[in-house]
Order: sequence, then structure tokens, then C-alpha cells
Amino acid sequence: MQGLREYLQSYPAIKIVNWEKREGIVDIAFHDLPEILTYCLDLRPRPIWLTHVANDERQLGRGFCLYLVLHFPGKDFSLTLAAKGIKDEFPSLASIFPALNWSEREVQDLFGLRAVGHPDPRPLVLHPGWPQGFHPLCKDYKAKRERKEFKRAPLVFPEAHGDGIFEVPVGPIHAGIIEPGHFRFYTIGEAVLHLEAQLFFTHKGIEKLVEGKSIEEGLRIIERVCGVCTVSHALAYCEAVEKLANMEVSRSVLLWRTILAELERVYNHVGDIGNMCAGVGFALGNANGSQCKEKLQQLNSEFFGHRFLRGMVVPGGFKLMPSPKDSQALLLRLLELSNDFEEWIPILLHHDGFRQRAVKTGVLKAESAIDLGVTGPASRASGIANDWRELHAYLLYPELNVKSIVENDGDVWSRLMVRVRETRESFRFLKSLLRDGIKESVPENQISNSFSLHKIRPWQPAWGCVESPRGTDVVWLMLDEESRIYRCRVRSASYANWPAVPLTVPGNIVPDFPLINKSFELCYSCCDR
Amino acid sequence: MWSLLLRKLKTGRLTREDGNSLTKQKSLNLPASFRKSLQIRHLDCGSCNGCDWELTALINSIYDLQHFGMDFVASPRHADLLMCTGTGSTQLLNAARETYEAMAKPKWVMAVGDCAIDGGVFKGAYASAGGIGGTLPVDIKVPGCPPSPDDLIKALLGFVGK
Repeated sequence: MQGLREYLQSYPAIKIVNWEKREGIVDIAFHDLPEILTYCLDLRPRPIWLTHVANDERQLGRGFCLYLVLHFPGKDFSLTLAAKGIKDEFPSLASIFPALNWSEREVQDLFGLRAVGHPDPRPLVLHPGWPQGFHPLCKDYKAKRERKEFKRAPLVFPEAHGDGIFEVPVGPIHAGIIEPGHFRFYTIGEAVLHLEAQLFFTHKGIEKLVEGKSIEEGLRIIERVCGVCTVSHALAYCEAVEKLANMEVSRSVLLWRTILAELERVYNHVGDIGNMCAGVGFALGNANGSQCKEKLQQLNSEFFGHRFLRGMVVPGGFKLMPSPKDSQALLLRLLELSNDFEEWIPILLHHDGFRQRAVKTGVLKAESAIDLGVTGPASRASGIANDWRELHAYLLYPELNVKSIVENDGDVWSRLMVRVRETRESFRFLKSLLRDGIKESVPENQISNSFSLHKIRPWQPAWGCVESPRGTDVVWLMLDEESRIYRCRVRSASYANWPAVPLTVPGNIVPDFPLINKSFELCYSCCDR
Repeated sequence: MWSLLLRKLKTGRLTREDGNSLTKQKSLNLPASFRKSLQIRHLDCGSCNGCDWELTALINSIYDLQHFGMDFVASPRHADLLMCTGTGSTQLLNAARETYEAMAKPKWVMAVGDCAIDGGVFKGAYASAGGIGGTLPVDIKVPGCPPSPDDLIKALLGFVGK
């Protein structure tokens, strides 16, 4: 990354804070951001965005700050561009890099800063109806009364005119056991012309809530940002904490963390495959998927004490490592389930009716996926090999030699196939990891490292990043000098992928939307936070 | 077809038979007609989605809620019971209120999970009400983060007095 470093040094306002083999942090002037980002995006292979964070550092004399974390695939190098000294506006990057569209609108809502030149500056996270001047992530915001002053106000949507154009409003409350979001279809005949999605109904203000909390309290909340990507969020959070504390974790901790992450992937993928069948009313496929998911969740509960695997990952360690005997039992049960999976998956894959609904439905073009920074199975189904387990060396993935699983058509069927093939791979990884687990006896003192708080570096940014079943989850963290959370930003895979969903719907018919939506299988809660 | 039949025979009955032996809770004196058939509407009031997935699990072949005479319906107008999950996020409360109003009387509300009861870990967040009790009249509470499908079935059976 020498070339990049030399390029950056050509700017007079630049300060290289840290530059190591895998990571760099560079302070830049905020007006240089567009130029530097354009240069970076022209590099090949093209970098991907991990997160984009605004932070109110006025107390530290740095004004408002923007942190943009880019990852350069192939080199496994991640660069944090820290733009400091922002007063009330900053140059928008959304036209250069559309992936930052939502994130910049969120900064406008929550900090009251203005993104100059943003192509679509409508409010995003905060719906109309909040009192004027409500910017809760500013540090001087303390009051809690605004919630009671929230008034009903209409949401803002573009209008469509013309003969035969209908608007079909759907949600926020949907028919079924699903999370809330409002979708507005603009249709002509049966076909969808345009789709607008208004989310953030489940916005709770978690990022403000965790501020001032201790590391352990923060973990409890971050684990619950998303019900079904608990392990991924906890791992990403712990990775950030461990970076700030310069803490090494033992191999057995890494082993069990990897096992947990793969168990999470398997039960989610299997359930998601079943749900895609539900999206077309294919009851047999759905029944098999949900049975298999239930059995996997029962395993989770039996061996790790929680159906969603909560509470096992702790900073510096792993709460309770199963004994070799338990590992053996877990391995046997997983072997059974993986055989069962191979038995029922052909029912789906050879079902003509299902295939006809899924093939060529909801196509996400590779260019759109790249522009919008889509991640996870959604992007891999469009031919982009960006599995974080392959791009970055973390946990025990380098030993497993993970390769991104790629399909090229970008349709519902491709997203299904990516999940099917990834589930097979995960079963394979689990088998080999658990055989390690059987061999390894864990000395008591290695189970959980207690870490000393005074070694933690305050006011430094750190990120943690984990491939969840839905894509790359990123947690960005800054602690204060008492080791309490100063700012924590959760960029979940769903947040990165939601802007892509409406693009895949035009041209399809309205009844295909549930199927398309389920093929992305995004979570609303970790997007809304 | 033969392979499906074979699989069916091999798998046998998956649904748990122990539903009725779960310890009984005190019933709310429901009218007799609801004991044999209870129609449920789920309402997400800002949950993390954990409780929602546990509700989904209730209709898989292992718990099979339908064999107790209960089912999830698509419209609040068809529902007797509203199962609410989540803390009551501010931007959703108007819609939640309307959902409740759309239900025909008699109607009941169940707060599912710690968040719906008192806000759970999200207590004190600026856009979270700390439970749905302030918005909807809660009749029955099921604690847990999230409550397991067994807890939920126990609560539902207790509620209808089975």
C-alpha cells in the first residue's frame, strides 16, 4: 500500500496517525474527502466500504468528525480516513460513492450537520413529526422529553403521474410475523414501475443509549441490536474492544468463536431457505427448512444455553467452552442434521414451480451491487466475491481456507443457491473445527481473559468486522478515558443492503415482492437500531 | 413422490405431544368459545426480532400451534389476541394503536418478552417507550429475552384455560 501512502502524503493537511501492515488511520482535512475518495475508488481491486461514522468530538476540540473506513481487498488493508474540524456542513460523497447515501442522510438527521451536494437529502432515520432541532447524537443533547412530543405527520414520497399508474401503500404493519416497514409500490398494470421503502420504524436510539455505558453493559445491548445476528455483532464489538486494549486471545477462544459464528450462519441460512419457500407458498419446502432450523436452535440451546447463542462471546474470551465430550456429541448431532439437509434440499431444487418463480426474479445487477456497497449472499449472488472470511484474516478462517461462494445471475434463485452452498461449506467447517475442539482440552485459566481497563486507549477509533449470515457487520467504537463508550456505531449488513432491495423490484409483479424481499432476508431492527 | 413418502415415513410425527402436560397458569376467564379457537395477530413494536422468530417457530412442525386450535391471522380484524413484541419504538406507536383499534371486541393484548414488558435492555433510549403498557392495555405478560416457544405455548394455553 506504499503508493496509497505516498499519494496521501502529497496533501499538506494530512497526518498519518498509524500505518501498519493491515491497518492505517489518517487524519485529513474534510474538504479533501471527495478527492481522496475518488482516488481510492479508482484503485484496482476497488476498495469496499466498511463503515462511515460521524462523531461529536467538540469536547475534545476537534469539532464534528467523520470517519470513513475502506478496505482494500487482496492486500487485506483497511484505511480509516478521519476528517476532523467539521462545524455545520461537510461535502457529500454520495454522488461519488452511492453506498454512503443513507449514512450521510443519517448524519444529517442525528447530528444536524448538512451534507452539501447530497442528491437526495430527505430525512431518513427520524421520521417527520419530531420537534424541530432534535439531533440526539450531539453530545449536548440530554433531554428525553422529545419522545412524548412526537406528532403524527405524513411520510414524504415522490408522486407518480400518468394513465394507469397506481400507488399501492403497504405497511408499516404487515400481514404475518414480520418486522415493520412501509413500502410504496408504483404500479402500471401488474408490473411494478418503482418502489420506495421507508424503514426506521423500529428506531430505538441504541447508539445514544450505549454512550456512557461500560464495556460489558455495551455488549449486552449490542448483542440485542439484531436477534438473529447476535454472535456476529458480539464478535465485531469484542474485536473492536480487543484492538483498543491490545489484547491477544488464545487459540481455543478463537476456535469456539469460529464455531459459534458458523453455527449462527447455518441456522440462519437454513431458516432463510425455508422462508424463501414461504414467499411463494411452497409449504413443503418451508416446513423442512423450519424443522431443520428448529433442530439447530435446539442444539444451540442445549450446548450453549441460548437458542440465539447470546451471552457466550465476551471481550477477551469465551464464556463457557464445551468439554471434549460435549464437542463429540455436538459433532454427531451436526452430522445427522447435515445428512438431513442433503436429503430435503433436493425437494426444493427440483421443484419446477418453485424454480419458475425464483429464476430471473428480482435481479440485482453487479454494477448496482458494487455502487451501493452491497454485502453478503446478496452481492455474492451477483458475482461479487466479497466474503469477509476470505478478504480478511480473522478468527480461524485462514486455516479453513474460505473461498467466497459466487453465483452470477443476481436473481432470487442465485441468492438461494449461494445460501445452499454456503450452508454445505459451513457444515464442513464445523466438522473440522469440532474435531479440533475434541482434541483440545481447555485449561481453566484460558477460558476468559480478564482484561485490565487501564491499558485501554481512550479517544482512539477501532473497528471490528465479522461476516454474519446476511453479510459483513461492522462495529465502530471509541472509548473515553474511564473506558466507557464514547461512540459506538453499528453498521449491520442489513443497513448496507436495504438500499439495493427497491432496485431489484421494478419490472416484477407485486406478488413477487415477498419472495424478493425474503431472498435478501434483511433484518429491520439492526438497520433501524 | 416415493422419496417424499419414504421421508415422511422415516420422519414420523415431529410435533411434541407434551403440550398439554405443561404446567397450567391461571386463566383469565375467557368466554368458553375462545378456549377451543383463538386467533392471534402478531405486532412488532420495535423488537430486535428475536421474539418474532420465536413466534414464527410456534408454527413449525415441532410446536405446531394449530393443533391447540390457535393460529396466526393476517389482519387485526380477524384477531382475538394481539401478541406484541418490542419496546414500543416512538415512530411505530401510532400504527400500533391503530392496529389495536382495528380489532373487534372482545380483544386481549399479550406483552411478549422483556422489552414489551418494561423496555428490557433498551430502557431509557430516546425513541423507545420502555414497554408497550403505556400505549396498549396489557392483559398478560410473558418474560424472557426472548421467551422460548415452550414458554409461549405455556402462556397461551394458560391464557385460554386449557
